Order: sequence, then structure tokens, then C-alpha cells
Amino acid sequence: MYRVLVPTLNELKPWRDTVRPLLAAGVAPEAVIWLQEGDPEALFGDALDLPDETRPVRVPPDFIAAAERALCHADPRRFDLLYRLAYRLGDDRGLLSVASDPDIVMLTRLMKAVKRDSHKMKAFVRFRAIDDSNERFAAWFEPDHFTLERTAPFFAERFAGMEWAILTPYRSAFWDRKTLSFGPGAQKRDVPSDDALEDAWRTYFASIFNPARLKVSAMTSEMPRKYWRNLPEAGLIDGMIKTAQAREAEMIASGASQPPSRHLKQAARVVPEAGGPVDRFESLGDAAQAVQGCTRCPLYQNATQAVFGVGPSDASVMMVGEQPGDSEDIAGQPFVGPAGQVFDAALGEVGIDRAKLFITNAVKHFKFVPRGKRRIHQTPKPGEVNACRFWLDQEIALVRPKVIVAMGATAARSLLGPGATIAKMRGAPIPIEDGTIVFVTIHPSYLLRLPDREKAALERDRFVRDLAMIRDHVESAIGASVALDSTTAGP
Amino acid sequence: MAQLTLTRKLAILSDAAKYDASCASSGSERRNAKATGGIGSTAPGSGICHSYAPDGRCISLLKILLTNFCVYDCVYCVNRSSSNVARARFSVEEVVKLTLDFYKRNYIEGLFLSSGIIRSPDYTMEEMVRVAKSLREEHGFAGYIHLKIIPNAAPELLRLAGHYADRLSTNIEMPTDEGLSQFAPEKRPGEIRTAMARVKTNWEEGQPEKKARAKPKAFAPAGQSTQMIVGADVSSDTTILGRSAALYAGYRLKRVYYSAFSPIPDASAKLPISRPPLMREHRLYQADWLMRFYGFDVDEIAGTSEAGMLDLDIDPKLAWALKSRGQFPVDVNSADRAMLLRVPGLGTRAVDRILSTRRHHGLRLDDMARLCASLEKVRPFIQTIDWTPGKALDSAHLKARLTPKPAQLSLF
Repeated sequence: MYRVLVPTLNELKPWRDTVRPLLAAGVAPEAVIWLQEGDPEALFGDALDLPDETRPVRVPPDFIAAAERALCHADPRRFDLLYRLAYRLGDDRGLLSVASDPDIVMLTRLMKAVKRDSHKMKAFVRFRAIDDSNERFAAWFEPDHFTLERTAPFFAERFAGMEWAILTPYRSAFWDRKTLSFGPGAQKRDVPSDDALEDAWRTYFASIFNPARLKVSAMTSEMPRKYWRNLPEAGLIDGMIKTAQAREAEMIASGASQPPSRHLKQAARVVPEAGGPVDRFESLGDAAQAVQGCTRCPLYQNATQAVFGVGPSDASVMMVGEQPGDSEDIAGQPFVGPAGQVFDAALGEVGIDRAKLFITNAVKHFKFVPRGKRRIHQTPKPGEVNACRFWLDQEIALVRPKVIVAMGATAARSLLGPGATIAKMRGAPIPIEDGTIVFVTIHPSYLLRLPDREKAALERDRFVRDLAMIRDHVESAIGASVALDSTTAGP
Repeated sequence: MAQLTLTRKLAILSDAAKYDASCASSGSERRNAKATGGIGSTAPGSGICHSYAPDGRCISLLKILLTNFCVYDCVYCVNRSSSNVARARFSVEEVVKLTLDFYKRNYIEGLFLSSGIIRSPDYTMEEMVRVAKSLREEHGFAGYIHLKIIPNAAPELLRLAGHYADRLSTNIEMPTDEGLSQFAPEKRPGEIRTAMARVKTNWEEGQPEKKARAKPKAFAPAGQSTQMIVGADVSSDTTILGRSAALYAGYRLKRVYYSAFSPIPDASAKLPISRPPLMREHRLYQADWLMRFYGFDVDEIAGTSEAGMLDLDIDPKLAWALKSRGQFPVDVNSADRAMLLRVPGLGTRAVDRILSTRRHHGLRLDDMARLCASLEKVRPFIQTIDWTPGKALDSAHLKARLTPKPAQLSLF
């Protein structure tokens, strides 16, 4: 048997220096009795007479970090455990990841307790001013473990601009705005017994409490009674608990009172919003404002906002897509997301000026299903498209375009009826009752969904040709221009 | 009007703030005052709760209103204009000083500032921004700041708020838009969501691009959150969770807080008389967790509900497992991470320990006893080298056996 004195409570280096020769000599864990300063037998710690055999001493870096933390635990068995683990790691390098090994279970338990103790110190230290400068403070704290040294740097970072001391029974920490230093343990009476701010803090503590939701065990599991004696607010707790139910009952019993006169005066000032649904708007601005309150179908419930059409109120050409996507819903503008970029690029290729078009969608709210952190587009149902036709009609009535371009099947069906298909109708002007010409083409997002690159390129060419045809039609049949940099534009 | 003392104002304006459940101080950028010689830091890892009130809620921030005067008359709110609660208003300087004084004594992690709406949304927001600006720029305060966003305040004010604050939030308040127009006639649900969309856009612009050399100005590094009141209107749990799922998907929310409506002083007669059980709020948080960290879909959770309500007796993961017994037992020696996370009683840490240990040796039941918090909970749903639940898994009594016994409520 070896009787070995560990010359520290919680420091890594002295512990390492103590165990390294034992490990090198291959001394089995069962053959060591660990003594600490203060133990009656510590005086008689043996001079070590170790066997000559030397083994290489190597442990994984993770173990050093774990030992550094576990050493701060107050359990005297920590020295047994850590030596045994260091010894076993010599043969079993993967031991640390065997979470069900009883030694690892205990190591994890010690580490967790130290971490919690350190965390609670960060939470429950209460500084008291030691003079009127409001810059010099002291606190008394009683940790369960030897955690002051590993926690003090946190306070140094946080309270860099003050001078402070944290006193504990086993050690004290001091910060002078430049250096952190440590001294011997102290006593509670070494710090001031009060602070001018503690009344305000107690007021806050009492007022932030909701007596209608008493959950005492939730409090005590995180703030056990053992900490209360050093918390200025804790003296209020018992009283708060005792009166809670009566306070709640009184709130319920007293019910509502008459509103104060301030409220009545204010209510009288509010002009009620013009009542009744409107079926015709004077301007695009009015309609754009009104659509934000639309509840004609349920899609408004989860969308951010209605995305109304954008463009000149006298545009010759109106482009109608399906519905806003994720980006459009967030930005409140049509065709600004990925499909909008495809659209812009195609317009650029045929020399059409986007600013001359009125751009909108058949459905004004984004329809989606949530998938984790993303919203997945859903095709609107005919009922939703029909409900939103009201707003498309407002836009058509106010802009009076000569040409309307339906991009995608949803827009085509909204404008031309349920039988409309892109395949049958694309490529030629379609006159409708009021004399407006409708063109049908694909929705730009279709190009983003095609997995086959060759097919996507072909489809893109067709889309660009459709746009070129529309551009030419507008110039020849209507005498207007949608071209870029055109100075002869306009009706 | 007689001048109120600062302590009286503090009592009124913290009482007025306590119905906002959020008190988080985690998840922000790493920051401290060491270089500037000022005070303040953000907590690395999880936030720090400096105290707990007997309602079980953590006290991490100085949570106050700038004023509880309010021109809005939201039925559920203690500060609605028709209520007779005592009113007060802090000056910007008072809030700044109180925050610093509390912080220096280690009472708090920082400030959570909200406000009733006075004069106009822009005026109110501007006052709140002034507090944050003063703390950061005049006092070099590096602690945590959470600012409430007034939904229709100017986008420029919102940008400033995000420039100074760690977190921003705006409350969606009710699970449906109908509920909101019924209970908060002056609020527009679309405006609330638009504010969230703006926060999201600004936040994304504040994220450094992978290759970019210049770091953009950080915007609300701890992201945004929101709160929903539970049990004031008729909305079911599945409606509530559906709304949460849509909000998480749309606006990168860090958290949705659920606040079981509870009696307030001078409550409106329009509020229901009976309050929802606090357990309902707890189950919603559990379900929310399952959606965010355990790979559950809102529909899978809804599938365990009855008439849209979650089971109050057992947690939603156990409820799902009992309805999906065909997927069990799960072999802990071969199942993938996603499936292990679905076992009732296994949390993310236990799953990590299982995955790391089984690389070394096959797991037996006594290994499992050391790897998870409660073997009893886990045992009916797993298979190990020396254990299979056999017919026990199909037993009609399984639910009864796993339902926690109702504990006697104790006052200590």
C-alpha cells in the first residue's frame, strides 16, 4: 500500500505532479490511499518507494480537461476515481466515450455538479457597495465545491470596470480592474451587511411575481433553500407564497370596474373606420391598402401580408403570376425571389423594361405548409383563386391594360376559365370580351423545377420567345412600347 | 398629480411587465466589457437566471415597461386603456440608471424593455431605442438587451432597435387572426407579421457571408421571439401549434412563448371566467420542443390529440409512441439517431451517450439504466441484447402504467 498526500484541493498541476510517478511505475489504483492536508494520517504520508519499472504516461487531452473540472468537486473520492481512470486509460484509450462505464458515470456526475455549482455562483453572487463610489463591491458566497478559481474569470470579464471581491469560506478572489488575484478564505461578516439598492431589488422581485401561477417546486429545484441565506430577496418568499391564493381570489372576486375617464375621452376621439365592404376602388393605392384586410379566403391567416400588383397605373401590359412566394411574402413585392430573378433575366434578354409593366399575381396571399425552418409553396385551390379574382378585377379595372399575360396555369385559369391550359393556348393572342388581348405562357418558377438541364434550356428559350412575341405584339398591334431606354413610349 | 417615488414606479412598471413570459438571455454573440473597461458581458452557452420567483419563473432580466399608459384596449391586457390599474412612466435616464445599478450588483443579465403605446407607435419605439442607445453608447454597457418591437413603428426605428438590442420580439398574442381582432381591436395581425418579416430580413443581412471579409453590422444577434396567450379564446392546441409551426418556418423565430391566460387585476368582463390548467401550457412547450429538436411534424403531434387538445395526463412524445406502437420496440444497438430521439424518456443527451457507447460494446439493459434518467419510462419501448418488451408493448394497460400519479400539490 502507498499512502500519498495530494498537496491541493482543486488544482490540476500539483495533482498531475503527484500522480505521474505512480502511473509511470504502474502502481495499481487499489494499492493507493489518498490523503489530504488536514487528514490525521496526512502527517505520516509515506516517502514513496516506487518500483523501477517505468511506463509511458499518456492520457487523452479530453481527460485533462475532465480532471481539471472534477478535481473541484468536494467529494474526497475524486482522487481515487481520477487516478483509477488515468490508470485504466493506459490500456483503454476509448474509455472516455463509454458513457455506461461506472467510473465514467461517476466522472460525469462530478463534472456536472461542479459545472452547476459554478453556474449557481454566477447566478447568486450578490455584490454590495463598500463605499459611495458605486464602483467598489464585495460579495459573500458559499459554494458546495471548490469552484471559485474557475468561476472568477467570468466575473473579471463581466465586471471589468469595477473593483470587486468575492469571499468564500475556502478562498477569496479580488479584481482591481487589471488583475485577478486570490487570497485565503474569509467570513460573512467581512462584507457589508446591506446595500442601498436591495430595497429596489426586493420591490422588483415581489412585483414581477404572478400570484395566480404558484409553482413553488419549480422555484426550489433551481434555487434550493441552501442559497437563500445569502440572497437579499429570499426573505420575502415565504410571505409571497402564503398570500398568493388570497391575492388571486381577490382578483377574481373584484371583477372589472368602470373604465377611467381618460379611456372614455380617448375612445370618443377615435373615428370609426368607414363601414361596409367596398366593391370598387378609386385608385390602386386605396385597393392596395384595402387588400391588407382581405378575408375572402383563409389564406390571410398565415401569410405575412397581401402582395398587391406593382407598376404604372397606365401600363399597357399586365403580367399575372400565380401567387407570392416566400421572398415576396416577406418583402411585400411581387416577383422578387428566385422566380423573379429568372423573370428579370428573361425580360432583359428581349429588352423589355420591367418598370413599364404592371406585375401582379392571381392570388395575393402566399399559400404554404411549414416544414421546420422553411415554408413549402402550395398551389392555391380554385376556390381561393376565385375569391382573389375580385382583386385582380380591381387591378384590371384601374390599370386598363391592352394586353394581359397569364404566366402559369393558375393565372390562365383565373383569366380564361377552368378549362385553360398552357399547352393549348400559348403562342397566340386570345381576345376576351372587353377587347383585351390575353397571352398565355409558363410561370418562370417552372424553369426552376425542371431537373433536366437540357429540357430546362429548351423551355427557357420558349419562354423568352413568348416574351419577344408579346413585345412585338404590343408594338405592332397597339402602338405602345415596353422596350428598355425607349423615348417614344406611351400611348 | 403627485410625484411617484422611483420604487413605486418600479413596482407598477414591473407588475405591468410580468405577463410577458420571455426572460431568455442566451444565444447572443460573445461579448464583454474587458477591452472597454466598462461593465457587461453575454453569458456563454446557456443564459443565467439570477433568481426565481415562487411562480417558478426565472428572473434573468430587469423586465419592465417604460410606461403602462396605453392607448390600446386589448381585452387580455392588464394595461389596456379601460383598466383602472395604477399608471406610471419612467424617464429614459431612470431606466438606464436602474439597469446599471442592478447589473453592477449581479442581480440581472440585462434589460427587457417593453412599453404601452403612448402618442404614436413611432414615438413609443423611439423612446425605447433611446434607452438602449444610452446604455450602449454612453455607458459602454455590454450586457443583454431585449427590446419589444411596436408592430407598425417605422422600419428605420426597427433597424436601430436591432442595432442596439440582442433580441427583439413582437407578440402575435392570439392563435388566430379572428381571436386577435376580437380581443385586440386596435392591433392588425398582418402588421405584427410584417414586423417579424422585417426583423428576419434585417437579421439575415446582419449575418456574415462565408467568404466576405468585412463583417456586416450585427442585427439582433439573439434573434427574435414572440408570445401567444393560451386559453383566452377557443383555439385548440393543434391550432396553436399550427400557428407556431408557420411562424417558425416564416420568420426564423428563436422561440414561441405560450402564456396560459391567468387572472389579472381589474380583468375585462369579456375574458373567460375559468382559466386553462397550467399543465396545458406545459404540454404546448413540450410539443413545441418536439417540433424544433426532435424532428416531429405538427401533424404527427396533432394526430395524438382529441378534438384538437393534447393529452394532459401524459407528455406528447409518450402519447405519440402509444399511438405508434408499430414503430417500437426500437433496437438501441442499431436504430438511427432520428428514431432514438422518438423513444419516450430519451433526450438528446441520452441519445448522444447511447451512440457513443455502442461503438464500444453492445448495450444491455443495465447499460441503459446508466445512460438514461429513468429506465422505467424507456424500457417498454426499447430492445437491448438481453431485453425485449414482447407483448408488454401491446398491453392495453401500458398507458395507465406510464401515466404519472397525480402528486399532491404542496406548498413546500
